[in-house]
Amino acid sequence: MPSDRPLLSLRAVFLRQFLRHGRSIMTSPADVANPLLFFFMVITLFPLGLGPDPARLATLSPGILWVVALLASLMVSAKLFASDFEDGSLEQLALAPYPLAVTALAEVSAHWLATGFLLTLVSPLFGVMLGLPDEGLLTLLVSLLLGTICLTLIGALGSALTINIRRGGLLLSLLIIPLNVPVLIFGTTAVREAVLGGNPESWLALLGALALGSLVIAPLAIGAALRVSLDS
Amino acid sequence: MLLEATQVAIERGDRRLLSGVDLRVTGGEIWQLVGANGVGKTSLLRGLAGVARLGVTGEIRHAGAFLYLGHASALKLGLSAVDNLRWHPASDVTASAGQICEALAAVNLAGYEHRPVGALSAGQQRRVALARLLLSDAPLWLLDEPFTALDVAGCEWLEACVRSHLNGGGATVFTSHQPSRFGTLQQDLDLGHYAV
Amino acid sequence: MAPVGALLRAVRRYNTSMWTFIHKLGSPPWFFGFSGSLVRWLLPITVTLLLVGAIWGLLVAPPDFRQGNSYRIIYIHVPAAVVALAGYYVMAFAGAVSLIWRIRMADVTMRAAAPVGAILTAIALVTGAIWGKPTWGTWWVWDARITSMLILLFLYLGVVALFEAYENKTAAARACAVLSLVGTVNIPIIYKSVDWWYSLHQPASIKFTGESAIDASMLYPLLLMIVAFYCLFVLALLLNMRAELVWTHRESGWLKQLVGDT
Repeated sequence: MPSDRPLLSLRAVFLRQFLRHGRSIMTSPADVANPLLFFFMVITLFPLGLGPDPARLATLSPGILWVVALLASLMVSAKLFASDFEDGSLEQLALAPYPLAVTALAEVSAHWLATGFLLTLVSPLFGVMLGLPDEGLLTLLVSLLLGTICLTLIGALGSALTINIRRGGLLLSLLIIPLNVPVLIFGTTAVREAVLGGNPESWLALLGALALGSLVIAPLAIGAALRVSLDS
Repeated sequence: MLLEATQVAIERGDRRLLSGVDLRVTGGEIWQLVGANGVGKTSLLRGLAGVARLGVTGEIRHAGAFLYLGHASALKLGLSAVDNLRWHPASDVTASAGQICEALAAVNLAGYEHRPVGALSAGQQRRVALARLLLSDAPLWLLDEPFTALDVAGCEWLEACVRSHLNGGGATVFTSHQPSRFGTLQQDLDLGHYAV
Repeated sequence: MAPVGALLRAVRRYNTSMWTFIHKLGSPPWFFGFSGSLVRWLLPITVTLLLVGAIWGLLVAPPDFRQGNSYRIIYIHVPAAVVALAGYYVMAFAGAVSLIWRIRMADVTMRAAAPVGAILTAIALVTGAIWGKPTWGTWWVWDARITSMLILLFLYLGVVALFEAYENKTAAARACAVLSLVGTVNIPIIYKSVDWWYSLHQPASIKFTGESAIDASMLYPLLLMIVAFYCLFVLALLLNMRAELVWTHRESGWLKQLVGDT
């Protein structure tokens, strides 16, 4: 939309979209609590399924915690752009004279704070419940902090590609699970290395590199995907 | 010339809906897109706005800014009317809280400024969406079924609003099932002629 | 993409015939004729290469001193795996061309490459499992190469499923292009991470594939089979594209004329 008015700075646009989406999430606390509850419930299933042996749970806990975090993020990312698409916000965003990559990144950031970040904060609690040794707790926290950034961005891409598709939920998992494989590997390996007294820093560095790379590439892909979804 | 559309064709999926549509809109004009259900009124308006670009061929040129209001109102139900307008995704300038409250008062929503939009009726939600018209200075308005869900007073307000926009040199293109709301002021573009 | 654009502009300036060739490639009727003659050449070449490679690999090449004759499945497994991976890049490149230059034939290429690549990946996985039974004593091992192939299969299936899910096929092609480009960026990371993951979890003793030097008498038929599989891929791609063109242009005049002529 060409306009004679001066345009807002990208930072102001980012902030506006961030506030709008963030406030909107805060008005439905159930949506924020559900992934955490899901995380909690699925974690509970593992001792029930594998038996309560603390030693075995402790060895498996890095993998369990990470896989469940991945599933929780998968579950919430399906809805990321759905409401914007249905209520017409997305077409208005597409008409605004700002790159969709920036506005989409603002929404994803707000979404991450409400899901991935919260999940990270509570994860040590579940780590303790599964008997993860204390040496691994800090690494778990840091790895999830970096990892959920990747998971959320990749999930957002999946959401952007499937919002205009009926029964897109199953398709979404097919699209994004393979892309999440490196995040899972780096994350679990970092935690396991920390538990075994190895060197988790290099794996955390790899996760950090993935997070930075996703922050650069994913918003562009999400913007393009949102345009496709609007066009179809 | 605010909008110049030449030989526009619209396809939805694999089916061609319209072809050869010509439309020139200058300041002071009201155009109503008319035609039966499913003829492609909304698709054409979305094409003119540039929301959907696949399946739209031909040349569409805008001179200056425009405001597009779709079927869906782009309101977040959990947010208040003020927040919805303040952080509206398409507005390129942030309006002050005072301006927003004035606009809400003009659409007869004084006292509802800080209620969640989800708690308002469908007609009231429509009014919140229409309050954007007062906060924008875009010369061209593209409105999809703007009279939907409005009561008599609301329709009259919207008519007056469009008239004053015209007097200020603006123009409006809208779709509606009700014929000739603006009498001799408006021109009709009958899409039946362009249907394939 | 600016350097690529500049390069193409230079090509257009200095070599107009090349450019008209690319333009012609973008036209379905011309492509249909061109690919028809290409298929007529490629079909006998592919069959010959496959036959020679198979006979050489299965009958002439010596048995492995450790695995005996069971290793011979590499003459299918390795070429399928190599070409499956290359196929993803073909698909992603077609997707990029389709996104940037909006050439319809690029959409068709991408759409046709996905199932071919998926089938090759599946062949690589199945032959890998069959190979695993005599080698490791079990059908499935979470070996780095097999795991990477499995993830590649998921990536392919994602593209196929996404394409099928969209009703508007132009939009489907764009969405798949975005997905396959992201996949392309991700594939090296996936392969590397799976490699590290495997080497951390497995003792080195059972890693006897790949590292040991392969004798020339075994290598030459393998290289021949890889070339044969590349030809097979191109052949399947072309046939698939032609089928796609026949379907989308079933109402077009040029196709009816062509059918009427022959």
